[in-house]
Amino acid sequence: MPKNELIGGSLWEAYSKKVAARMDNPVNRGELTEADARKLGGRLVVADHGAESCGDAVRLYWVVDDKTSVIKAARFKSFGCGTAIASSDMMADLCVGRTVAEAAKITNIDVERSLRDEPGTPAVPPQKMHCSVMAYDVIKKAVALYQGVDLSSLETETIVCECGRVSLGTIVDAIRLNDLKTVADITHYTKAGGFCKSCIAPGGHEKRQHYLVDILRDTRAAMEKENLHKRMETEDFASMTMVRKLKAVEKVFTEQLRPMLAADGGDVELVDLKEAGGAWEVYIQYRGACMGCPSAGTNTLSAIEAVLRQRLGETIKVVAS
Amino acid sequence: MERIYLDNNATTIVDPMVKQAMEPYWCDKYGNPNSLHSFGTEVHPDLRVAMNRLYQGLGAAEDDDILITSCATESNNAVLKGVYFDLIKNGEKNHIVTTTVEHPCVANTCRFLEQQGVKVTYLPVNQDARVEAEAVRRAITEKTALVSVMWANNETGVVFPVREIAQACRERGVLFHTDAVQAVGKVRVDLRAVPADFLSISAHKFHGPKGVGALFVRRGLKLPPLLHGGEQMSGKRAGTLNVAGIVGMGLAMELANDSLEFEDREVRRLRDKLEDGLARLADVMVVGRRELRVPNTLFISVRGVEGEALLWDLNKYGIAASTGSACASESLEANPIITAIGAGAELSHTGIRLSLSRFTTEAEIDAAIRTFTQAVGRLRAISASY
Repeated sequence: MPKNELIGGSLWEAYSKKVAARMDNPVNRGELTEADARKLGGRLVVADHGAESCGDAVRLYWVVDDKTSVIKAARFKSFGCGTAIASSDMMADLCVGRTVAEAAKITNIDVERSLRDEPGTPAVPPQKMHCSVMAYDVIKKAVALYQGVDLSSLETETIVCECGRVSLGTIVDAIRLNDLKTVADITHYTKAGGFCKSCIAPGGHEKRQHYLVDILRDTRAAMEKENLHKRMETEDFASMTMVRKLKAVEKVFTEQLRPMLAADGGDVELVDLKEAGGAWEVYIQYRGACMGCPSAGTNTLSAIEAVLRQRLGETIKVVAS
Repeated sequence: MERIYLDNNATTIVDPMVKQAMEPYWCDKYGNPNSLHSFGTEVHPDLRVAMNRLYQGLGAAEDDDILITSCATESNNAVLKGVYFDLIKNGEKNHIVTTTVEHPCVANTCRFLEQQGVKVTYLPVNQDARVEAEAVRRAITEKTALVSVMWANNETGVVFPVREIAQACRERGVLFHTDAVQAVGKVRVDLRAVPADFLSISAHKFHGPKGVGALFVRRGLKLPPLLHGGEQMSGKRAGTLNVAGIVGMGLAMELANDSLEFEDREVRRLRDKLEDGLARLADVMVVGRRELRVPNTLFISVRGVEGEALLWDLNKYGIAASTGSACASESLEANPIITAIGAGAELSHTGIRLSLSRFTTEAEIDAAIRTFTQAVGRLRAISASY
């Protein structure tokens, strides 16, 4: 909708009716107390996430049946914008009647989908998707508290885009498999970065551990390195550029020739590389025990040439200087 | 539902007299002032009247330039980019001094110029939410080409000491620009008292029409045009003259200046009434001392209530206000002004701006106090942090 984007959308017009209704009247607002828990015959769980000084804070109250682990009641309190309040309210709805283990699987995406008026129309504009993440985070806290486990044990993967719940692995795979070159490509393929945009680059809505720009750069660099490696292995020596020829020869020196000579206390170094009538002359200089060794001009020289020819082609000729 | 408009720092109602004055130029006197025939020439007297009103209103001299632009954003761009092309690109100077609280049209233009190699110093506000002249003086170097500091801040309404800053710049031979968008019609903007070199205004902030603004350029200063084209405005700003807009802005300026005494007395009284009414709520904080602010603006932080949520509730009852809260903006970082004045972090994500005008009534203010108080009550009952 580029035409509409030119005059800018109205943030509030993009909220679903369900979001607006729950902003106006969040049915699950309020607290649950120990007395409520006793009355319902369950255990009280109170989880906090965020802080007012960070701009977002939510507190979730559960009464959980200790025998069945079913959440019998849920309430919330929220310091946040209207969409944060509406998301928290829907989140509380989704918790009730589920076991704690089931609730642990509720994500911000479930919350957002439940707030839609129509299945195909998002309940909130992309930049507000982030508000529903709080709802997800606080459920995780409550689960950890109830189960008495560490919060980190509930996280099985590294999430880069919290709004769309896109993991680091998914993003790296998408870049590699589809040869993605821009952040816009990543967003197109994975939806990561398409919501509050915090995860695209530093300086966005909130600070993140991973940013798409870094993931893209690092993955592309790794791919480039692998490709180069592959090319060096498979490319015909004659069609290489001069720099790559040198690198290829040096690679054989470090990987094979020098270790081979080092076994006898000798060493060799690459001095020059010249074209001579269709052949490639590799000039070498002996070092260590090889200097003055009688076979240096004969058997050793042939062995070096054989290795280079095997690795780089028959056009190689070795000259000892 | 009767709506109450308390967002006059965003835009204002067009004064009905201004609207009426603009009426002839749509279907009757629609000629292009650059045309030689009578359709073109017949609007010249009206344009002269409007220009006289602008010159008089700002205290400009005959040989100063007041260039008509499309908005203050254009005026501010023209100054910053013009100084870049004239003084910085040729290597003479390389430095601009501004503040961290300028409007995006100054802040983002400075960011753009930084990409071109310009060094920019962004001065923070102090505990009074002000930038003092001394801080500007210290920031100026041999390489400084321009200082750009707003006359009054759009969020807090705090008036900056532009007179002292202008004098400090003059002493050091540095050009001074001020974005006076939030000052015109609220406090006296007189270029005889404030020796600024450039000054930007926008008509729709003082009950004129949208789409027209002006840029004052002190006599003798050359500023390469932002818009090249025809010979309008002596070639200093090309583009067919916005006749209705100029006429409207001229009258709006005159009416605004005529209303300054009313603004200072009545608008201030209502603003103070609103402020006192809201201050009765516990745990609220108003930014900026009253005597340092323009008479119409109030920026209030309400502990435990997020800005956009409060705005939603106010809007539901017909009250238009504005928020600087992070939730409604791109960044979740704390509001830099609230942080700078030394308030606690828990106040930095709240904050509502209420801005009045000479059209605001006492009944509206009474209703606003009631509605605001109710909304805070509801949201604090939901709040996880209050």
